[in-house]
Amino acid sequence: MVPDPIISLRGITKIFGSGPTAFQALKGIDLDIAQGDFVAVMGPSGSGKSTTMNILGCLDVPTGGEFLFKGRHVETLDRDQRALLRRRYLGFVFQGFNLLSRTTALENVELPLLYRGEDKKTRYDMGMAALDKVGLKDWWDHTPAELSGGQQQRVAIARAIVTQPDVLLADEPTGNLDSERSVEIMQLLTDLNQNSGITVLMVTHEPDMAAFAHTIVHFKDGLVERIEDGQGAAQKGMIG
Amino acid sequence: MLGTTVILAFRAINRHKMRSFLTTLGIIIGVAAVVTMVTLGNGATAAVREQISSLGANVLQLRPGQGFGRGGGGPRPPNFKEADLTVIENQLTGVRAVAPIVQSSGTAIYEGNNWSTTVYGTTSAYSQVQSWNVAEGRLFMPEEEEAGKAVCIIGNTVRTNLFQGADPVGKRMRIKGVSCQVIGVLATRGQGGFGDQDDVVVMPIKFVQRRFTGDRDISQIMVAVDDAYDTSTVQSSLEELMRERRKIKAGAEDNFNVFDTKQISDTLTGTTTILTQIVAAVAAISLLVGGIGIMNIMLVSVTERTREIGIRLAIGAVAREVLMQFLVEAIVLSCMGGVIGLVIALIASVGIAPLMKVPFTFDPQVNLIAFLFSAAIGVVFGYFPARRAASLNPIDALRHE
Repeated sequence: MVPDPIISLRGITKIFGSGPTAFQALKGIDLDIAQGDFVAVMGPSGSGKSTTMNILGCLDVPTGGEFLFKGRHVETLDRDQRALLRRRYLGFVFQGFNLLSRTTALENVELPLLYRGEDKKTRYDMGMAALDKVGLKDWWDHTPAELSGGQQQRVAIARAIVTQPDVLLADEPTGNLDSERSVEIMQLLTDLNQNSGITVLMVTHEPDMAAFAHTIVHFKDGLVERIEDGQGAAQKGMIG
Repeated sequence: MLGTTVILAFRAINRHKMRSFLTTLGIIIGVAAVVTMVTLGNGATAAVREQISSLGANVLQLRPGQGFGRGGGGPRPPNFKEADLTVIENQLTGVRAVAPIVQSSGTAIYEGNNWSTTVYGTTSAYSQVQSWNVAEGRLFMPEEEEAGKAVCIIGNTVRTNLFQGADPVGKRMRIKGVSCQVIGVLATRGQGGFGDQDDVVVMPIKFVQRRFTGDRDISQIMVAVDDAYDTSTVQSSLEELMRERRKIKAGAEDNFNVFDTKQISDTLTGTTTILTQIVAAVAAISLLVGGIGIMNIMLVSVTERTREIGIRLAIGAVAREVLMQFLVEAIVLSCMGGVIGLVIALIASVGIAPLMKVPFTFDPQVNLIAFLFSAAIGVVFGYFPARRAASLNPIDALRHE
């Protein structure tokens, strides 16, 4: 039996602007993402992949169509309801790391817990556990300026997973890193996907990185062009 | 929720110490200026009130003519006679004590020391009207008053200048060329609003009339009102009585005036209070400027931290939390400015009050209001920037360079 997908897009459209200058970024996206999947999203710029990711991340709402997240219609939720959804179920990793400057790694990682209203001890314990998971436990009191790019991205991943989200959305997480660091980050994401059961959605330009995923979704001109299996699936198969 | 935002606010302030300090500087200066001005102003008011109360509480001063001057041309209004004194004492209700005054000035001499001073001729009732006490020696005896004996009670300034260290009681000195015996020294009253109140020689009125003024006129009558009676009621009956005695026709102007010392006190303290308020209002403008400074910096801060706001929104902060964070930040800044300003005001007031010769008075109400006002400035001027931060679109905010 195939389980219900955690994410289900039906006929999603997105139009920016109005009148003669209106631009249709998405022209009807249908996409199901299963719980525990590792999905890479690829496509040239302007293909609609970033718009789709913003909608999947509940940062933006579609103009038309249905977006079911864990069975809930996200397209009907208001700004704050979507914020609460992000807080509970989603983690974000950005290309530019987006850590708070002049703030220690631990404080950065604790940030989502603050908004959840966790107490100081819980924040510390969970924050340190997340840093441990990305291998930066000893660097907890360093500020972003004192960390390398790869380390910063790992702190960002720790921040994304500290709340034990269902879905991790990564927007070109290796875009600012050299190939060696990139592979490390991909291995970390693979590990989180396989051992922590986190569904990973990743936008990337690099086929090498996309290869880590189980599923690769290709976008073109505001539509899903094709869906193929990645090498990650084969690996998983081999491990399994 | 509130705890979280306070933590976030303190972290943000801590990250930008210098900027935070400069932001609060306006509030610090504003609060310090307002509170210092009000504190010193209150001290000045208290000092004035104290000086006036040394004239005696609930005392009516009866003088010939209108106001303090002689007013206009025409004949000089007549002085009072002893009969007026007796009538006031016997016919007016609510009178505690009545003292006549005749004033003269002259030089006092003792063993080659000269001192120019004011001579008051009065009776021992004067000590009941005014809060004048004899520190050493005694008051006039009734027979001395009756006979107008050459005895005097001197103020401390006269004592210092004529007698230096020596004990003056029982000594004889010359005043306006007449020899008289010092029988007492007045308790020190200090520098008042009307000059040195210790620079006086008090003598029996009959002596001063006979030897110095040459007539039996009384230039001023002091009426002390009994505490149980209303001063203004006694004042109007006194005025009525005097109009009758001086045969002033209905509708004609008084040729005398009755002055209530409480009125003078109220007028003068009213003046210092208004001055204090004006100065405080000017200082309050700097508070307003401080508030605008906070808004300015908070707006810059919101723009500069657009990405940070985007991150917070992305990881699940709701708009209200971002609004609260920036609002609390502004309030914490302005409150810190308020507290620092109060401390500076306290130090400044304690330091300046002695220089201005006014008492230092700590008014908790003024301090509390100033603090609450600084907090309110944080709310008012922090709301607009906070509102702007909260309304940012997370996608745009994250893309912001």
